[in-house]
Amino acid sequence: MSTTGNQGGYIGQAWLVILLALLYGGALAGVQTTLGPRIEQNKENETYDRIPELVPGADRNETEKVNKAKRLTVTGADGKGHRVFLAVAADRAPKGWVVPASGLGFADRIDLLIGLDKQLSKITGLYVLDQKETPGLGDEIRREPFRKQFGGKPTDEPLVVVKTEPAAGSQIVAVTGATISSDSVAQIVNQAIANLKGPIRELGTTPQGVTTEVTAEDAEVHGGSRP
Amino acid sequence: MTSHGPTAAERFINGILPENPVYRQLLGMCPTLAVTGAMEPAMTMAGATAFVLICANVIVSLIRGLLRPHLRILIFTLTIATFVTIADRVLAAYLYQMSKQLGPYVPLIIVNCVIISRCEICASKQSVGVALADAVGMSIGFALGLASIATVREILGSGTWFGCELLSRLNWPNWGIMVLPPGAFFTLGLLLALAEWIGQRRKGY
Repeated sequence: MSTTGNQGGYIGQAWLVILLALLYGGALAGVQTTLGPRIEQNKENETYDRIPELVPGADRNETEKVNKAKRLTVTGADGKGHRVFLAVAADRAPKGWVVPASGLGFADRIDLLIGLDKQLSKITGLYVLDQKETPGLGDEIRREPFRKQFGGKPTDEPLVVVKTEPAAGSQIVAVTGATISSDSVAQIVNQAIANLKGPIRELGTTPQGVTTEVTAEDAEVHGGSRP
Repeated sequence: MTSHGPTAAERFINGILPENPVYRQLLGMCPTLAVTGAMEPAMTMAGATAFVLICANVIVSLIRGLLRPHLRILIFTLTIATFVTIADRVLAAYLYQMSKQLGPYVPLIIVNCVIISRCEICASKQSVGVALADAVGMSIGFALGLASIATVREILGSGTWFGCELLSRLNWPNWGIMVLPPGAFFTLGLLLALAEWIGQRRKGY
């Protein structure tokens, strides 16, 4: 057979694969466009559900109202915009911050929520929003014993993962058999703090736009009972 | 194009018991062992697998005349992966907590051999009607397989079935091991032995 015949043969043989790939790609894009916002909303609701656990003293519903009224984003040291949540108490007094952060784990992306106190000097809590680490080993990072180690750690020095107890200062004890997953979590936390601590501090504990809009909305909801 | 091989009704019946994917073909062992700690995740997995299997079988059967022997596996995989991604997104949108609980096992439906084996054995050779009947039969068979294991594990391990309290009045000491991975292997092994024993008896040995 001649070369031209052969080349025609390649397309002739593969046209169905190419056509199907295009069709399926289109279908998936459609599914993502339709369902994407809903999935994002689910994740955001879960973030609000976790806020009382991540920042002591914070109230779920008030925090949701405040953050829905004013979407807070900061420009990190990496030059990108990042969403952050101001956690407030039932009386709307600022209690701290919740910062979503993600990075690569052992298997796939790990999505975290990091709770920080009002002064941004301490981590107050950690929650794993999404992960696909090895079942039975790496996915232990979701569990309380690993996560609660992060509470109370200072933000002025990076966290270090160690393999044996006891962990002092800014040390975190790795999950047995899952050093890489544990290390990934610590690195994601370190990076997020390094990236966002300064920009969040610039926002102040009552960021511009938050107090006024909240008060206005609040006045509406409570029939003007608040000034 | 005349189709050879079993009829739609035979395919449908075969999938449920005579060629049950879990007990007779020992296919799809990963979800069978991994998500059968309770009925709810097991049935969600069965539903997602059924969706992918039915869609993949129908599509492959529709394009069976165009398949090239050396490219068919690629096309099966492409088709299956697409429907798995759709199932994964739908679960994340409408059953968010369940989607989180199943975690990587939903994307892993792509490598569930039940599906690719049906594309290869039935859908790429027979008409759409037969392929559909085959997919539905196999899906029911797979769901029954998962349900049988999940029933044993959830009742013995948590004293519940579909989350409803069953054994609380008996002061049942929940067998924690049943909801852990070893419980999956014990249950599967014992139920397989039982299925084999019944099969042997019916043959008259």
